Amino acid sequence: MSLLEVEGLDARYGDFQALFGVNLSVEERVTESIIGANGAGKSTLLKTIAGVLPPSAGDIRFDGKSLVGLPPNARLALGVSLVPEGRRIFPSLSVDENLIIGAHSGRKGPWTKERIYESFPLLQPLAKRSGARLSGGEQQALAIGRALMSNPRLLLLDEVSLGLAPIVVKQVYAALPSIMEQGTTLLVVEQDVNQALAVATRFACLLEGRISLSGDAATANRDAVTDAYFGMSSVKKDH
Amino acid sequence: MAWVNAIVQGILLGGLYAVLATGLSLGFGVMRLTNLAHGDMAILAAFMAFSTSTAFTISPLVALLVILPGAFVFGLLLQRFVFDRLIGGDPSLQIVATFGLSIVIQNGLKKNYTADTRGLNLGKLATRSIRITKGLTIGVLPLITFLCGVGVLVLLALFLSRTKMGRAFRATSDDPDTAQLMGVDKRRVYAMATGITMLTVALAGVLYGAKSSFDPFIGPATLIFAFEAVIIGGLGSLWGTLAGGIALGVAQAIGLKINAGYGELAGHALFLGVLATRPRGMFGKLDNR
Repeated sequence: MSLLEVEGLDARYGDFQALFGVNLSVEERVTESIIGANGAGKSTLLKTIAGVLPPSAGDIRFDGKSLVGLPPNARLALGVSLVPEGRRIFPSLSVDENLIIGAHSGRKGPWTKERIYESFPLLQPLAKRSGARLSGGEQQALAIGRALMSNPRLLLLDEVSLGLAPIVVKQVYAALPSIMEQGTTLLVVEQDVNQALAVATRFACLLEGRISLSGDAATANRDAVTDAYFGMSSVKKDH
Repeated sequence: MAWVNAIVQGILLGGLYAVLATGLSLGFGVMRLTNLAHGDMAILAAFMAFSTSTAFTISPLVALLVILPGAFVFGLLLQRFVFDRLIGGDPSLQIVATFGLSIVIQNGLKKNYTADTRGLNLGKLATRSIRITKGLTIGVLPLITFLCGVGVLVLLALFLSRTKMGRAFRATSDDPDTAQLMGVDKRRVYAMATGITMLTVALAGVLYGAKSSFDPFIGPATLIFAFEAVIIGGLGSLWGTLAGGIALGVAQAIGLKINAGYGELAGHALFLGVLATRPRGMFGKLDNR
């Protein structure tokens, strides 16, 4: 049985439908990337899995149990943690407190505050600093550390490279293997195809709210991925 | 010396305004809720103290031992059955619903207690005072009131900065959706916030009733003072609320010293002055979102 099973998932924002019958299954301890252009529905998919957005149809099962109808805090208690788009660090809390609140659910596991500071050394000297006074890279490291504090079984990473300098993106991605080593399953949303394929074992392309291609990252055909990303083949079909 | 006396009395009065305003500040800070029945709930607590103290012939301050836990439970239920439905939606819903609550409380009180003016009988405590120097004496009751105000704010500040629940309060205030992603149960935080708010409201109501007489329709007048203290001090700042309460109290005392009719007017003038020149208040946080 897969750790995460998404079946026939529809999601909408009012009249706008963002996801159309999305099927996806992620095996435990496997890192999967969701690749797609802006507005393809990648973030919507993660939000629906984390419980921020209720689906309009379909089912999401985690470890065999349906998550539909559960609020985000109940899903976190089961081990589903989202690093949200835009980081969303709490500005009134210090870096230390941002990490501590990540452990609010009380889930036990390998990740402790000390461990996070070891994995993200740039955070250590900032422990007492206000969450409102961090650079983009520091915020991203803190957002990932904060999500890890709940010792998730499934970590959802939404656009971790967005708005960051390439060198910082490299540092953030360098921390991912140590997370995988702990047995955490990762579902990574990414616009950068190369980055997405490099970090993942499996990948799926989203195009206009539908899965257009999926497969093993190691043997992915770049042309097929590009087609699935931009929808080139469908353009050709139209003409 | 007469001026020093006026200022000292104003500072002591400010403690009462601070307790009254704390709950308003907390409710708005944590869940962006404005409760127009805030003042009426304080007066409701004063009436409860009146009934309890006359029924059992105990001091109204002793009656607090029953009223405070009752107010906390009242707050939990109020959140669960009324406020939970108002938060996050159209703000005008909050106005209509809490204004309705205000009318219900006022008329419920009138039906039970008539429109007569009441007072809480504190016995000798009401008139006891400490003489500092010639021309400057401090009433024991105003002093107790002031210390209660400072005590409430210190306890609340410790709660917010030191406890797990307090951290959850601050995170929810910053960003309720992300707080829920961290495992915080928004509904529990909101229930606790209103429970604590009602604790402070009940304390403020009883202290108010001990200071001056009250009737079922005086709630909105106390609400104005609470609003003014919050705005003068600055939204979202606890110490600002204390400073705002004291500033309001001092302004009223100075106004009263100039002319017997200028007390409240001077307070309103200070409020308008702050709004005009420093809309964020004395200690208002800069909006960093």
